[in-house]
Amino acid sequence: MAAPARNHVWVGTETGILKGINLVKKQASNYTEVSSLNKGQEVNVLCFGDPQESEVLVGSRDGIVRVFNCEKSKFTEFHECRGGEGSLRGLGVLDNGIITCVESGLLKLWKEGSSENLEIQVGPGVAKMRQCDVQRTKVGTGGKENDLKIWDLQRAEEPIFKAKNVRNDWLDLRVPVWIRDLGFIPETDKIVTCTSYHQVRVYDPATPQRRPVLEALFGEDPLTALSITPDGRSVVVGNSHGNMGVIDLRKGRLLYALKGSAGSVRSIQCHKSMPIVASCGLDRFMRIHSLIDKKLLHKVYLKSRLNCLLLTSSDKWEEEELMPLPMQDVKDEEDEVWDNMETVMEKNSSKKQGGKRESIVEDTSIANSPKRNKKRKGV
Amino acid sequence: MAGGEEKKKKSKKKMKVPEQDEGGESSAQPTEPEETTAAFPPSFSLSEIKNKQRRHFMFLKLKQEKRKEKIAMKKKRKKERDALGDKAPPKPVPKTIENQRVYDETTVDPEDEEVAFDEATDEFAPYFNRQTTPKILITTSDRPRGRTVKFTEQLSSVIPNSHVYYRRGLALKKIIPQCIAREFTDLIVINEDRKIANGLVLSHLPDGPTAHFKMSNVRLRKELKRKGKDPTEHKPEVILNNFTTRLGHSIGRMFASLYPHDPAFTGRQVATFHNQRDYIFFRYHRYLFKSEKKVGIQELGPRFTLKLRSLQKGTFDSKYGEYEWVHKRHEMDTSRRKFHL
Repeated sequence: MAAPARNHVWVGTETGILKGINLVKKQASNYTEVSSLNKGQEVNVLCFGDPQESEVLVGSRDGIVRVFNCEKSKFTEFHECRGGEGSLRGLGVLDNGIITCVESGLLKLWKEGSSENLEIQVGPGVAKMRQCDVQRTKVGTGGKENDLKIWDLQRAEEPIFKAKNVRNDWLDLRVPVWIRDLGFIPETDKIVTCTSYHQVRVYDPATPQRRPVLEALFGEDPLTALSITPDGRSVVVGNSHGNMGVIDLRKGRLLYALKGSAGSVRSIQCHKSMPIVASCGLDRFMRIHSLIDKKLLHKVYLKSRLNCLLLTSSDKWEEEELMPLPMQDVKDEEDEVWDNMETVMEKNSSKKQGGKRESIVEDTSIANSPKRNKKRKGV
Repeated sequence: MAGGEEKKKKSKKKMKVPEQDEGGESSAQPTEPEETTAAFPPSFSLSEIKNKQRRHFMFLKLKQEKRKEKIAMKKKRKKERDALGDKAPPKPVPKTIENQRVYDETTVDPEDEEVAFDEATDEFAPYFNRQTTPKILITTSDRPRGRTVKFTEQLSSVIPNSHVYYRRGLALKKIIPQCIAREFTDLIVINEDRKIANGLVLSHLPDGPTAHFKMSNVRLRKELKRKGKDPTEHKPEVILNNFTTRLGHSIGRMFASLYPHDPAFTGRQVATFHNQRDYIFFRYHRYLFKSEKKVGIQELGPRFTLKLRSLQKGTFDSKYGEYEWVHKRHEMDTSRRKFHL
């Protein structure tokens, strides 16, 4: 546990456990002691604390945000972010401040060290709050009978964009609103939302039109999660029956479906650059699909119902783990050639932790070999 | 017929009887029958014979041949076993779909701390901690017909503290709050299609989950052979068989929570939920210890078979509810040896 946690996927469970999964080593480990848990610690939201992804913020149902340090691989800080009612629906970070949003509609910016916190009422029944990755002060909210609103945290009096409901249907009845998830399309102002009425909608705040500029339908069941693909041209959506589909954002057409899930999808995240998508849900599996050939790359059984997940954005995670080992080999050869270089080598290896890491890998493989085999089967 | 004789010879030598044209080869064969049989390609099969009568004839002969061989082998093996006596190796276990089951990574390890914690905090925990006693409401789809009505009555006689109510065209979503207010812990809805009960919804109250089963092979008490007298009021014992995976555990706990704690052993009644190949068989028996070794059982009925369709989190909400597990036939039923419960 003391070693730095290098995980590719972080998963928060309904039982309150934070899990890290290393896909190269095919290992999943718990970072919360099972014995210390209670029902209120259900993990609702996760987000990275800094751009280097060395910290993971874990928002639990009792309103406490825990900071998990990946280098020390333990929880370092606890922030009490209570206020409002209901569970946390969104979490974000804005220059050392934490943005939280609860179900009753209270969005708060908790600045470190200052007692005055920014508070915004975004309306009741919030289902999701999301922070824009590029403009960090921009957040979007939406929920049941609470249409999409975009807020600028620097000018928080009024939303900078407020969506307007679509026109009445052919019976002249009001169309109900129930946003479940939203996402900011990179490099544009556009926003995608998915609803419980299986609609995927695209809004464009740059135009004067406040109604959606595109609407697509997917399946017949409530959509529960979405994520925009790295190219920004399509969106991956998942619904409560465990169907996932990739929808084109230009024409609103279903491109293909991603198969494998058995239960409701709670969270989806695409990798920032690689064509892979991770998803988790109530069926207790974390799955990774390839967006190129739709294949299921990894499938990990994680024992509890999974609420949310975070996928690392680092580019070459397969090489990152594999590279140090051949490097070490080369160094060993050099070692044989030049004996007088020994002292330098030690320094080098201790700095890069190359040798150390190798020994760790071997250790774990011996100690956990039955477990690992099992995991491998699972994956 | 010359050809017929040759074939008899050959068929004794080889399992697969090659068929030939009677024209050119019949003259060549009597001289070197060995070589001609070897000349056939190995993929030759009887179905290549064009003459139907002959094909049929040859097939019968092949069958006979195979059977004879099999019996001979069996005799031989038995002889060997008898000769070895006690030292005979144990008989090999026959291959069945169940014991060839594809490994399921969700199989619950009883010492697993995390699963134990998950189960200790789930919706059934109050029952297993003896904080609640089961109280069950049984109802049907709207306007049930003959057999289904009888079935609900018999079902209520095998589940203690259960009450049958007429549906009266009420929506399930309206029934559930009333059930919760009256402290029912479970709701069973039997669905019927053309007088045949074909579905069962089992919903745990107040927070779910809700399981949807396909129901088949419903036998009422009257239709059973060698049945016993009607069941008594005693609380029965419950047997849950083969619920091994994580999903199976949830379903097993759901069934267990239908029955009260502390069965009345004087009643000698037992309800069984037996899972085999994802089908759950329900049987209700009365047992009797005839001697120290022998036990007699008597089926009391009713009996039925269930197959899980979906497990939904929360109380019944088929439209906006979140499903924990949905059976997707085309995706999941790819292997006959893969089971989910």
